Amino acid sequence: MLVRTSVNGEWREADVWPGSSLLYLLREHLGLPGSKNACEQGECGSCSVWLDGDLVCACLVLAAQAHGREVRTIEGLAAGEAMHPIQEAFVQTGAVQCGFCTPGFVVAVADLLDLEPEPTDAHVREALSGNLCRCTGYEKILEAVRLAADRMRLREDEL
Amino acid sequence: MSRRVAERTRTGVGSSVPRIDGVPKVKGQFAYGSDLWADDMLWGHTLRSPHPHARIRGISIGEAVASPGVHAVLVADDVPAFRFYGLEFADQPVLAWEVVRYVGEPVAVVAAEHPELARRAASKIVVDYEPLPAVTDMERALDVDAPRVHPYGNVLMHVTIEHGDPEAEAEVWVEGYYETGMQDQAPLGPEAGLAVPAEDGGIDLYVATQWLHVDRRQIAPCLGLPEDKVRLILAGTGGAFGAREDVSMQIHACMLAMHTGRPVKMSYGRVESFLGHVHRHPSRIWMRTGATREGALVSVRARILVDGGAYTSSSAAVISNASTFAPGPYDVPNALIEGTCLFTNNPPCGAMRGFGAVQVCFAHEGQMDKLAVALALDPVELRLRNAAATGTVLPTGQAIGGAAPVREVIERCAAIPVPPDPAPGIRPAVELPGGVAGNVGRGERVRRGVGFAVGYKNHGYSGGFDDYAEARVTLSTGPDGPVAEVHSAAAEVGQGVHTILAQIARTVLGVERVIMRTSDTQVGSAGSSSASRQTLVSGGAVKAASEAVLEELFERVRRDARLSGAELGVDAGVVTADGEAVAAIEEFLAQPIECTRIWRHRETSPMDERGQGDVHVGFLFGAQRAVVDVDEELGLVRVVQLATAQDVGFAINPQNVVGQIEGGSAQGLGLALMEEIRLRDGQITNASFTDYLLPTTLDMPPVEVELVEEPEPGSPFGVKGVGEPSNVVAPAAIVSAIRAALGRDLQRIPVTPDDLVGLRPPPGVPPWPPSPDVPGPAPTPETAGIHRTGEVPAPDR
Repeated sequence: MLVRTSVNGEWREADVWPGSSLLYLLREHLGLPGSKNACEQGECGSCSVWLDGDLVCACLVLAAQAHGREVRTIEGLAAGEAMHPIQEAFVQTGAVQCGFCTPGFVVAVADLLDLEPEPTDAHVREALSGNLCRCTGYEKILEAVRLAADRMRLREDEL
Repeated sequence: MSRRVAERTRTGVGSSVPRIDGVPKVKGQFAYGSDLWADDMLWGHTLRSPHPHARIRGISIGEAVASPGVHAVLVADDVPAFRFYGLEFADQPVLAWEVVRYVGEPVAVVAAEHPELARRAASKIVVDYEPLPAVTDMERALDVDAPRVHPYGNVLMHVTIEHGDPEAEAEVWVEGYYETGMQDQAPLGPEAGLAVPAEDGGIDLYVATQWLHVDRRQIAPCLGLPEDKVRLILAGTGGAFGAREDVSMQIHACMLAMHTGRPVKMSYGRVESFLGHVHRHPSRIWMRTGATREGALVSVRARILVDGGAYTSSSAAVISNASTFAPGPYDVPNALIEGTCLFTNNPPCGAMRGFGAVQVCFAHEGQMDKLAVALALDPVELRLRNAAATGTVLPTGQAIGGAAPVREVIERCAAIPVPPDPAPGIRPAVELPGGVAGNVGRGERVRRGVGFAVGYKNHGYSGGFDDYAEARVTLSTGPDGPVAEVHSAAAEVGQGVHTILAQIARTVLGVERVIMRTSDTQVGSAGSSSASRQTLVSGGAVKAASEAVLEELFERVRRDARLSGAELGVDAGVVTADGEAVAAIEEFLAQPIECTRIWRHRETSPMDERGQGDVHVGFLFGAQRAVVDVDEELGLVRVVQLATAQDVGFAINPQNVVGQIEGGSAQGLGLALMEEIRLRDGQITNASFTDYLLPTTLDMPPVEVELVEEPEPGSPFGVKGVGEPSNVVAPAAIVSAIRAALGRDLQRIPVTPDDLVGLRPPPGVPPWPPSPDVPGPAPTPETAGIHRTGEVPAPDR
């Protein structure tokens, strides 16, 4: 079946098997493998993307459900060589090890800080509890969130 | 020792430089095995056994072959040459024939144009199975009348270690029995790779793995190709933790690619990942610990059983390791330790972070807590009184030759401030065990407990294994100054080894720009990214190759600048003579300098029949203290804080080292509280992240980390491996804290709510199992004449 979806601001078309997930559409048809396939049951958050602005697990959404709608992925967070402050903070704090969970975490953190620019640690832990990381023990991811939140607030203040 | 050097080069050893693959990883641009794609590629799929033990009477593939989009359906008879593989012994069929020995064993593989078409075709393969009696309990496997997993019996290996007077008497004895569950490594990146047929009749395999060259050693004989026609390239690897030591989809993808002449990608889903790699051995441990009334250890007697599952994998090394570490990092004058690994019809077990030391740490630290109670001594004080040190003779007869700051590790850990007790009154639900979603009470029955554990682990391969790594370093002129290129086959699995190797090259060569080439088999073996060994061994190789490059550079300087007597050096891209700048390094790089070096650690020796030998090359020590809140009514646990001190030799990248310690602690917390592969008749009943729980941000507490840096003699820059000790000690520390909170004995990990509310009473100390009658101490497959991996296979197999 033909699916037409706006992905990172650009309308794309693909002929997919009707059972395909949005994750499969992104990864295998549209050349956007940044969203990861770690559990394919909505448990790990590695495939987190925005669908019409809502944070979803792309593995739990059918490609067909994305027809005519807007999807934003990790690849759309910062153009070209540019880095989003959250991405910078993840690199700087050592929040990345194998990196397989990282795109999903970065998207989930971006969503969180958009809704709540000054989250408490408890709030951050609750908000990110749907994203699994097997390498870091989360300490440095929490550090990255604090650093990114501080920097993003600072930039807001400067504007 | 190397601090001075570290300060010289800003991004060299000793500095927390960001990891070199960090930017592509945060941007979603890093290509993992499952992200690979080629024009015209097919998708591979594996059909697996639904039986723990069955005879295959026949396989019918006709309907599958005729399915739409299918290009190949291959069974055992299609394996081009040798039909077995295995990390140490080639006892595992590439595809089963005649017999299957565990649920999940590969029976057939399919290549099709879409993964769904491949799945559907595989479901049309008809396998005629005759179920056979299965043995799925390790103690039952010891019985002489138990069903046999292999013709040579169910004992995979039996180890005996005798030390001092094994019958020594002590004034005070404590006895315990401990069980640990089967843990999954659960790397987030699934097993995945892409096999591409090459024009020369060979194959190029892009794969996520821990050791490219040992994969190739197993793949090439099965494909009937010489090793130089099997080229492996490391794909982005989404974690490993031991799960990628064994071959998974490698041979299957190559077979399908050679058969179809097209690139074939295989990428496991999560369910298949649980079936497709080995797990941490479940264990049962009986232990008797004797001491003087003053608290000096006199003797340790231990009986260890571990379940190796259906095939050998690295089990022989795991049971050896478990046995050598069983007494704990203490000065123990007398010991009798017996360890047995059994074959069963359960899924194969093999390497996981901690490699045998995790299971026995849970036991020896449980014993130390019991002893502290029996002697009315503070548990930390008891450990200090018995702490091993440099020179301590271990039960293997090996004297610890390197750094052994056990006392300092214990003291530094114990000195980390304990979090304040909660204020009296009703606590917010978010602070209670189970949190907002899980705790329906008000915390009336929440008890706090503190527990402590000390443990140790080797780095590098042990028991006489020739442990080496090769590295190639090239120094040349780039557009912006001198550039060093490092070519190493050391698998970057997330632990950061490529960043570490680049830091080493920067420090030795005094250049900022270091390029890490993709790891592949065009350079010699680096050994595995396991056993906490890559910083030591590949670090040693990169240091040696860089020093050889530097020596050649200095030759040129002496020749071209006529500086024969001066002491030469490099700093920030400049050659110095007696501390004075001579010229830019590039002045001497009209021709690039390339050097390849091999580094190996000192020789070790295997254990003899009494378990004596210079077994391990070096030891890593860690201590951990856990603070927990336990809701004794609901059986829920919240870990409030983990505090840990670890003996790391020298931290080449402190941020990275702390990250390893935090991550290892998290996997330990998982084993302590939630992670277990549950089996029913050999079948995994929780093969998904919905049913197999991993710690989340709500489960992991803050981890306070102290690095103890005492340089290890003979190690490059004094390093020790850092990945494993926190994983070894965390389960023991956490369970110790829960016991302290409840005043109840807990003998099994993971600890479940049923254990805590008393629905599953502790088993006490069951009878010690008998010692098996096997020709020791070699692994049974060896005495049975099973082909050892790396030897030329016999033509009839």
